[in-house]
Amino acid sequence: MLTCKQFLDELSDYLDEKTDPDLRSKLEQHISDCPNCWVICDTTKKTIQIYKGMDPFPIPSDMHARLMSALEHKMAKKG
Amino acid sequence: MSAMSSPIELDDEAAVLEQARRGDTNALTGLLRRYEGKIFRLALHITQNREDAEDVLQETFLKAFEHLNQFQGNSKFYTWIVRIAVNQALMKLRKRKSDRAVSLDEQLDTGEDTVAREIAAWDENPEQRYSREELNHILTSAVDDLTPIYRAVFVLRDIEELSTEETAEALNLSVPAVKSRLLRARLQLRDKLTRHFKRKGEDAFAYM
Repeated sequence: MLTCKQFLDELSDYLDEKTDPDLRSKLEQHISDCPNCWVICDTTKKTIQIYKGMDPFPIPSDMHARLMSALEHKMAKKG
Repeated sequence: MSAMSSPIELDDEAAVLEQARRGDTNALTGLLRRYEGKIFRLALHITQNREDAEDVLQETFLKAFEHLNQFQGNSKFYTWIVRIAVNQALMKLRKRKSDRAVSLDEQLDTGEDTVAREIAAWDENPEQRYSREELNHILTSAVDDLTPIYRAVFVLRDIEELSTEETAEALNLSVPAVKSRLLRARLQLRDKLTRHFKRKGEDAFAYM
């Protein structure tokens, strides 16, 4: 039986599905026996999902224009 | 597809890079459009200052295009410019906090932060409680509260969706260092978000 500390150490790999099957089943056993770790696991998973779903970040058009002009300036200087 | 998205598909990237190396303006503009938003978001997360982030954005692309011949194609172009952007952003931070050097190799705390935490279940879709604007504000401030070492790793891994190996390469960290920072960052964010997303009242402990 894993301790909570051991479970938490593996949490990231578990959520990224990077653990081998043997460890994975031990981790799953732990969360089915430990309500606190189940909550931490479930809410950490949701945390990651929410961030992955964040809006893309188009930059304002004036910022894009300034970037283009800095680039053109540099290229003109380079010749 | 929105007007802001790039006309370049990933498969074409090698060809586009080749054209860009020869100075083809369309190719350069295409690369810029494809990555400028991501680089700006990354710079904003690290510097936490809009003006600095715009400087970082410009410096990153100027540097990248100037040294395009040095890009070997062993890694993805995106990982390569992310590395340039991270370096530029850290330089900005160092200038701003000149009394205290900022480094991604900063000593980590002892790990006690992974022990004490708030434990409460969330609703199924807790983000729906908030408007899009409120949610963006909650998510952004939570990330901005992280220390720079955790913030950079979390942004690259979980927002920009680089792999652990790519993140290690971009930040010049070892894979185990990326993994331990990512775990701490995720747990700290989970704690911060729990304040906003936990089930109301007694229900929060309904799983007990």
